[in-house]
Amino acid sequence: MLRIDKVTVSGDNGSGEKVEILDNVSASFDSGKMYAITGPNGGGKTSLAKLIMGIYRPSSGRILMDDRDITDSNITDRAMMGIGYAFQNPVRFRGLRVRDLLNIAAGQEMGGTRTSHRENMERFLRVVGLCPRDYAEREADGRLSGGELKRLEIAMMLARDPRIAIYDEPEAGVDLWTFERLLEVITNRQKNKKDGITIVITHNERFLKASDEILLMSDGRIQQQGDADEIWPMIRDDVACRWRASCGGELDEAECYR
Amino acid sequence: MKLNAIDERLLETIADLHGVPQGAYNIRKNGDLLSRLSTQNIEIVSKDGKPGIDVLVRPGTKNESVHIPVLLTASGMTDLVYNTFDVGEGSDVLIVAGCGIHNPGSGAAEHDGIHEFIIRRGARVRYVEKHYGEGEGTGERILNPKTIVTLEDGAYAELELVQIRGVDSSRRITEARVGRGAKLVISERLLTHGRQVADSIISVALEAPEASAEVLARSVAQDSSRQVFRASLTGATKCRGHVACDSIIMDSAEIRSLPELIATSPEAELTHEAAIGKISGEQVIKLMSLGLTEKQAIDTIITGFLR
Repeated sequence: MLRIDKVTVSGDNGSGEKVEILDNVSASFDSGKMYAITGPNGGGKTSLAKLIMGIYRPSSGRILMDDRDITDSNITDRAMMGIGYAFQNPVRFRGLRVRDLLNIAAGQEMGGTRTSHRENMERFLRVVGLCPRDYAEREADGRLSGGELKRLEIAMMLARDPRIAIYDEPEAGVDLWTFERLLEVITNRQKNKKDGITIVITHNERFLKASDEILLMSDGRIQQQGDADEIWPMIRDDVACRWRASCGGELDEAECYR
Repeated sequence: MKLNAIDERLLETIADLHGVPQGAYNIRKNGDLLSRLSTQNIEIVSKDGKPGIDVLVRPGTKNESVHIPVLLTASGMTDLVYNTFDVGEGSDVLIVAGCGIHNPGSGAAEHDGIHEFIIRRGARVRYVEKHYGEGEGTGERILNPKTIVTLEDGAYAELELVQIRGVDSSRRITEARVGRGAKLVISERLLTHGRQVADSIISVALEAPEASAEVLARSVAQDSSRQVFRASLTGATKCRGHVACDSIIMDSAEIRSLPELIATSPEAELTHEAAIGKISGEQVIKLMSLGLTEKQAIDTIITGFLR
């Protein structure tokens, strides 16, 4: 179980003013479940993912993993504890090949060439629709498209096989065929990992519906958390409410999230 | 051939050698010949009147290699050599050079190697030259290589020039003339650290129709080291040339990157790109999220970048 307990993360709004990126956030994630986090842009979803991965440090509050306080642990420690994070915007590496990154993700030597490692690496690439023959030796730099890098992110997650897997908008920038594949890969992995926790930050209805629970975030706060069947209709109404407001109408907070 | 543990380590580092190489070789240590072997197709002979060797590759020699590493394990010594490689028409060979310095004392240990290549019509050469310095002494480790390449019509050469680490001062000069339909690829990798200084000056003349050249340089400057990279392409006819220099700067290092294109014909197509930047924090974070420590992540990024 992963628990976020009254966590606040402070940051800069870009104009030198201090703002609460996450504001007194509490949430819990049970083993064996898949969670979707959704909400308007800038609402704090990616910040919550980065907090769990140890990239952001809280100014107050605690993070507990199986009742162990991991608030002060760094990114590497969190990775070794079994937390993984597939970035929203994949990082490009000049000089590092696809094969190197998958070896590192699997905890192997970067240049490792053992047959078992190679076979695993090729399997992960195939699962996300990247042909090993075409991709394994390519540099993970600007010569790969955004969609290809996104698939590599997911392949690295599979190679790492963490207990808590966080995917940040896996649907962004991928084609329809890849999306269907990634949805299947992510949901199947969770089904086969009984003690695993999958957290998907998403704006996609299919991911929302495939999840056990949905967390709705905005303004750095969790506005709702509950069963997907309950929360999804609220979100649908909320989207309509906010859309009307953005087109000149008044935002009725009472109507939104009702 | 007697090699001690230091010699073996240096040979492995600069030439990937574990003991005696296959094929022709010439191993030089502290200014003297340590061991040499010529083969039926590759003959190595000492020069008359000055230090160095002539490496003669018979026309049509295919899939053979020659290793000519240099070891310098004495302090207070300057080793100067002139090596000439005459690669016969239609050959296809690998030449592995390189110099490893282990300086145990307070005097400088310096190796100045002048390599001249004549690559005959239609021949192909892959040349690998790695430089490395180490040693418990305080004396400087200095390497000043000069490489002069003439590519005859239709020839192809790939030069892989690498400074691994531990070289306090280096000045590398590379000059090339590329013939009709010939192609030259220079791939340079350079790492400096501490207070090291490194200059690399490359000039390539594309003088004959359909000549082409690519200069691809990557470097990392750490600590307070300084690097200067100058690459000049001259196109005098219908030819193609490209220079790409890409550097990672760290700490309080300094890098000057000066690509130069000179065209004296409207048919010349010459391009360049140069970039200097720090290691991206996102790259480090990504690798840490895969279980590496911050130091391991930085080392991995540098290793990959310079590979």
